[in-house]
Amino acid sequence: MLTIKNLHAAVEGTPILRGINLEVKPGEVHAIMGPNGSGKSTLASVLAGREEYEVTEGEVIFKGKDLLDLAPEDRAREGVFLAFQYPVEIPGVSSTNFLRTALNQVREYRGQEPLDAVKFLSLMKEKMKLVEIDQKLLSRSLNEGFSGGEKKRNEIFQMAMLEPTLSILDETDSGLDIDALRIVSNGVNKLKSADTATIVVTHYQRLLEYIVPDYVHVLYKGQIVKSGTKDLALELEAKGYDWIKEEVDAAV
Amino acid sequence: MSTLVKEDLFENLLESAPANFTEARQTAKNLYLKSGLPAPKEEEYKFTGITKKLEKSLDNYNQANQLSVEENLIKESVFQGFEGDVLVFSNGKFLQEMSSTIEGLEVSDILSSSAEIGSIAKAEKDAFAALNQASFSGGISIKVPKKTKIEKPILLLSFNGANDGQVITPRFWIEVGDFSEVTFLDQSISMGEEAYFVNKVVEIKGGLNSHINYYRLQNESNQAIEISNIETDIQSDARFTSVNISLSGDMVRNNLSLNLLGSNSEGNMYGIYLLNGKTHVDNHTNVDHTIPHAESNEMYKGIFDAQSRGVFNGKIFVRQDAQKTNAFQQNNNVLLSDDAIVNTKPQLEIWADDVKCSHGCTVGQLDEEALFYLQARGIGKVQAKGLLLYAFAGEVMEKIEEESFKNHVVGLIQDRLGSKF
Repeated sequence: MLTIKNLHAAVEGTPILRGINLEVKPGEVHAIMGPNGSGKSTLASVLAGREEYEVTEGEVIFKGKDLLDLAPEDRAREGVFLAFQYPVEIPGVSSTNFLRTALNQVREYRGQEPLDAVKFLSLMKEKMKLVEIDQKLLSRSLNEGFSGGEKKRNEIFQMAMLEPTLSILDETDSGLDIDALRIVSNGVNKLKSADTATIVVTHYQRLLEYIVPDYVHVLYKGQIVKSGTKDLALELEAKGYDWIKEEVDAAV
Repeated sequence: MSTLVKEDLFENLLESAPANFTEARQTAKNLYLKSGLPAPKEEEYKFTGITKKLEKSLDNYNQANQLSVEENLIKESVFQGFEGDVLVFSNGKFLQEMSSTIEGLEVSDILSSSAEIGSIAKAEKDAFAALNQASFSGGISIKVPKKTKIEKPILLLSFNGANDGQVITPRFWIEVGDFSEVTFLDQSISMGEEAYFVNKVVEIKGGLNSHINYYRLQNESNQAIEISNIETDIQSDARFTSVNISLSGDMVRNNLSLNLLGSNSEGNMYGIYLLNGKTHVDNHTNVDHTIPHAESNEMYKGIFDAQSRGVFNGKIFVRQDAQKTNAFQQNNNVLLSDDAIVNTKPQLEIWADDVKCSHGCTVGQLDEEALFYLQARGIGKVQAKGLLLYAFAGEVMEKIEEESFKNHVVGLIQDRLGSKF
């Protein structure tokens, strides 16, 4: 589904990603872990198409298409979804209006009929249950005045509405209490299928107890320096990142 | 002071003024000749080089003759969904025979009216108010009797265009009796492509506990130069609300002044400027709190693309007697292009010590992070921009209480922003 080959990216001339290689197949869950500043969020942002990141080398193929060639909105329409680390508050744009606009543009791109108000609302109700999100939140402006947990839940709710094939969760666990973490993870797990894949970007192993990964990759200095199973995450939890840093730095 | 220039420009206009209200005209003429048009660095017109603009863009400084206005043109020009009465003007001249007869309303041509010319919009305050008072050649006097609710909105529909002269000087006198309610929609339609200059004055005398809405849509041709002075006296328990939507024009200057003269009175000034090309729009507002327990609210939002330019100046005076005043002012601007310019200046003068006043002016760009967020959900860039800008301006549109006008404005703004949602 997703093939990343030798991906290099820079911000304002400073290289952040220095040759990422990753293969994600349908049905898989990949966790990207690593110390702060290793490039985890940059990878998520580059995949979603954030403009300030400049890809200097390498390629990303998503479902046979050159992902880097597509505008952010077309990536979303193709089925890439980024759950933001810091969801943006947008005063004056109602959550419902926003979602309906987004969903219908995605549907149009996929050759589907737009949803009328009735169908849209019933779909919304169905998906709201998934992440236990309150209707009151959705009658407000997008993310405006939401708590941290509410914003993250809203991300997963949007994901449920847009039905992506590749979901990238960028530090979705950060700042969540245990109840919120459980709700968010449940939502993600319910949305998983044999045809969809998930990339979980996280600093901590905690989230991976709820969303169990098939593969765990450790990112350090812009490269994947170690890959393994969920046991690698446990090892990192127990030993921290220093031993990996030492291993890599010694090899260089 | 460039005495030479000012006399050159409008000498004929002043000479050919109609022979009525002679005293008011003479007083104003003297004031105008004394002050002249604003000099290049004059504080009040610092960012709006109107004198130079008039010198450059016009060559015939005479009153424009009346244009012929057919029934069909009026029908076509009234916006969709409007249900109300229409009063029609051609280059400032009130066309009574083409206009609706509105029950309960006393309407007459300004030239044959008993309007108290210059009693509210004082000629000494502004050179253009003086020039209008000295030379106005058309307009209307509208009197709403006491305790009358005019149910339907009144559309003041003006057709403007150069016609053997490029200057148009309309004057409106609006008097609303105690406890009465009325909503005006003021809109002008440009005829032809030639440049013209409208110098307009609107005086509004509101009674006790009256409720007046004055909504204005400025979407004239990009050859239109317009200066307007709108001033209103607001008495006790009365409310006046102005909403001013500016979408086009060459150079537009709106002077809006609210005088809060009675306790528990409320004055509201809202506006949007959504500009592109080289349009220049300047909103100068002035609210004068003279008595205790009055409230004023002001919110202007600007969106500037291409080489457009916006100027905002908001004066709030709270006199020593005006304790317990609430006065709020806000001006927020978004620049969409590197060549667009905005100058904004809040100006509060407060002599009372027990008041609540706040003001805030911002100038910024479109929030790139918000734009990316919307795009990352599948919304196209143009539409995402539109959605954000519409949200930005929406707060002002919500202030329009007349549904059909609001829908019309919303439609125009969505068209301009390149998206419907």
